[in-house]
Amino acid sequence: MSPNLRVSVWRGTTDGGFSTYEVPRQASQTVLDVVTYIQRRLEPSLSYRFSCRVGMCGSCAMTVNGVARWTCRTHVSKVVDGDSLEIAPLSNLPVIKDLATDMGEFFDKWARAKGRFRGARTRHDAFARVEPDSPERAAANAGIECIGCAVCYASCDVVAWRPDYLGPAALNRAWTLVNDVRDTDQHDRLRAVAGDAGCHACHTQGSCSERCPKAIEPTAGISGLKRMAARRAMRGEL
Amino acid sequence: MSAAATQARLWYWQRISAMMLALFVVVHLATIVYAVRGGLSGAEILARTQDNWWVAAFYGAFVIACAVHVPIGLARIAEEWLGWSGRASNAGAVLIALALAVLGFRAVYAVVA
Repeated sequence: MSPNLRVSVWRGTTDGGFSTYEVPRQASQTVLDVVTYIQRRLEPSLSYRFSCRVGMCGSCAMTVNGVARWTCRTHVSKVVDGDSLEIAPLSNLPVIKDLATDMGEFFDKWARAKGRFRGARTRHDAFARVEPDSPERAAANAGIECIGCAVCYASCDVVAWRPDYLGPAALNRAWTLVNDVRDTDQHDRLRAVAGDAGCHACHTQGSCSERCPKAIEPTAGISGLKRMAARRAMRGEL
Repeated sequence: MSAAATQARLWYWQRISAMMLALFVVVHLATIVYAVRGGLSGAEILARTQDNWWVAAFYGAFVIACAVHVPIGLARIAEEWLGWSGRASNAGAVLIALALAVLGFRAVYAVVA
């Protein structure tokens, strides 16, 4: 095994190309460590995005050897191809520069899917009592740990085919709120996530569930939304 | 009705028709395998299907399920792969539904009547 990694890194915007760097291997080295090494030692103008480095903030996702991953929790040893590592920005998002993508549209879609909690109680009311073992709470809990890294969005072929498709993350967020018994925006949310640009466009390929670093299954939530929306539509309530 | 409600209903009908087709295709294939074991001529097939209203009902429902299921799927493919607008794909889907229904019922009529 060579002591160095051959790392190809995307430079430029949508128009651009790969530049190759030699980076020394380290024990327990993450892909984010590699990118940081390149920026600090070899290429100070390299742009990328990170914050927490511990898998909480969701800002460091990139395409590593063709697969979207959170780079701070991805060990080089798990993904390296011989000595080669290819690091590119996330797919399905406009590139601002190098490895940094514009995530505006990604989060705008959360808003379009009514991914905001709206309750009826005020601070003067008592706490809502939600049974932790209820099916609704269990369904919400299954999707609630999303960190908004956009790995699912970048891995989704339907997003690539239909740029207006809300995508797995926004629909997963909607599914957690659909199952929040305190939320009062249910009708409008279901209307927002149904149809062509919403849950019914999903082909159940499951790339989002396969790639989600938090092991969330947006595919399951999207199926739930499809069933719920269809049931309401057949009753004339959508 | 909103566009979202229309899509949700189309999804529902495609799902129901898929369930019907899954059953129909299995029965259809099993019947063929069973009936053709010793070789079967066209005349022998017609002798069994003519005036058989079970065959008419089964294949009539089969045709309806196809005429519902196939156009919805083709419309989605036209939108995603060929970039057709929703209006164009829906119009195409209605035409294909009508064509499948006419051809299918004509075939059922031919073997039963």
